[in-house]
Amino acid sequence: MTTPHPSVAPPADSAGWLRTGHTRHEAAFRALCKLAIALPLCLLVVLGGSLVVEAWPRLGASFVTSYPSRFAESAGILPALVGTALLMGLTALFAIPLGVGAAVYLEEYAQKTRWSALLELNITTLAGVPSILYGLLGLELFVRVMDLGRSLVAGAATLALLLLPMLITVSREALRTVPRELREACFALGADRAATLRRVVLPMCMPGVLTGIILSLSRAIGETAPLITIGALGYVAFLPTSLGSAFTALPIQIFNWVSRPQAAFRANAAAAIVVLLVLMLLMNGVALWLRKRLQKRITG
Amino acid sequence: MALDPLSDVRAAALASTHAPDLRAPRSLRERAVGALLAGAAAVSVLTTIGIVVVLVREAASFFAEISPARFLLDGEWTPLFADKHFGIWPLVAGTLLTTGIAIAVALPLGLLAAIYLSELASDRVRRWVKPALELLAGVPTVVYGYLALSFITPGLQHVVPGLAGFNALGAGIAMGVMILPLIASLSEDALYAVPAALREGAYALGATKLGAVFRVVVPAAASGIGAAAILGVARAVGETMIVAIAAGQQPRLTLDPRVPVETMTAYIAQVSLGDTPHGTLEYRTIFAVGLALFLLTLALNVLSHRLRRRLKGAAA
Repeated sequence: MTTPHPSVAPPADSAGWLRTGHTRHEAAFRALCKLAIALPLCLLVVLGGSLVVEAWPRLGASFVTSYPSRFAESAGILPALVGTALLMGLTALFAIPLGVGAAVYLEEYAQKTRWSALLELNITTLAGVPSILYGLLGLELFVRVMDLGRSLVAGAATLALLLLPMLITVSREALRTVPRELREACFALGADRAATLRRVVLPMCMPGVLTGIILSLSRAIGETAPLITIGALGYVAFLPTSLGSAFTALPIQIFNWVSRPQAAFRANAAAAIVVLLVLMLLMNGVALWLRKRLQKRITG
Repeated sequence: MALDPLSDVRAAALASTHAPDLRAPRSLRERAVGALLAGAAAVSVLTTIGIVVVLVREAASFFAEISPARFLLDGEWTPLFADKHFGIWPLVAGTLLTTGIAIAVALPLGLLAAIYLSELASDRVRRWVKPALELLAGVPTVVYGYLALSFITPGLQHVVPGLAGFNALGAGIAMGVMILPLIASLSEDALYAVPAALREGAYALGATKLGAVFRVVVPAAASGIGAAAILGVARAVGETMIVAIAAGQQPRLTLDPRVPVETMTAYIAQVSLGDTPHGTLEYRTIFAVGLALFLLTLALNVLSHRLRRRLKGAAA
């Protein structure tokens, strides 16, 4: 991690072309910097406050257990919640083996060749592709060519591809925390790469990998654009019955309500946003807790 | 030749007591696992190829009907109307306008935050400011869209006369807040990578703290800060939900931040929401726009990557 440079301090008496700032100027500049940091944070706090105020009347048990409705007052998010839960589960199922597998390959198996350089470049490139373009890929590949329809499984496959670059990156970081000496000790005992991986490397980096997985999923839970592109519906008055069911998800439901002109639906959107943010906070909390717990188990 | 006939036996015994499972049959399993993992890695390459193939194929059938000249020279974008025009510039203008506003917000604030965190702040302050800023990047974009539409725009309407309910200004500001942490953290990395010796040299020449920051450290980190800014632009160009919700859906060749506009991403979302049947020209427009979006963000990412690599090379 980076730290400032405390050992380096300017001499009290200074002269020449570098002397652009006096102490007074520095104090003013410090204040300006603090303002630059405080401004967006305050904006977020104020907006978050307004959001909760707007959402408050709608937040209740019936909001979570009801189906959407033409009447804003009786509409709820049950199908969206169930859809989001199933979507996240499926996405994790698809993305984790691919993401962790690719990370292990790059860190433990791949020689430094052109192929691995190409893989690196490719992951950097993919990370920069706008999420809506993953939606277009999902629309053609999963919805049409593989004929999965506008279904849960098509949505999850699309989100899994979107998550891959992030998942690979966080898993690689976790793998790098395992000291090289431990691998060498394993090899010295006669273990092959696969055994070293299963017995030593993976157990050791598990806290990091798990934390990374949960943080990645908490990003995916708010993804809206790719799901819109593959055709997730805004109004679903039933629960998904199979992997091939049409579905909605929390961010889609929010978007659907935000797009309506009536103020009552805006309040619904605000309430659904509060639920979404609480879910994200919970996931982040679990990630932190897990990291602490597993780390303790390994080191102590 | 065995000097100690027992050595093999002993080694085997040692191995079996200390690491019984580690000596499982090798080459086949080893190769199978390696191949499986390589397959997982190959999926990421296939994803890239898939995106390119899908975009190029559908865009090609679009351009077979609509000549690239009409795409690039027409000043109107109305593929969903009876009087069809296919000029991409209104969408590009909407994208540039919202992105410009976002960068105008995020670059100065992000750079000030980066300078503060890298050069001025104490360790204690950094420890809570950095995660707080990261929080801004974690908020889902659909939420930013809602905030821009419901709170930022109504607030701005008190200050900016003639501001429409859907406009580029509110969406751009929300987008600026969203990309601020990215710009701040990458710029901070760049500032931090400037060797301490340069600062010491400046001080030895009699520089004040601010003198060293502005005349030595920031210029030395310029390419890294540039890379951060470009990555911020790429992120803003590709952002969909904020602009789809808060900027309106009216393709318009304008740089007026007060009126509704439509970005490339918002157009793709708009058509996806409607029931445009597959195989029609309207359906193909989203892939043509998608291809343009892909090329634009790819160019920005490559540029940013180059700048960052140059920085690394210079520091080494």
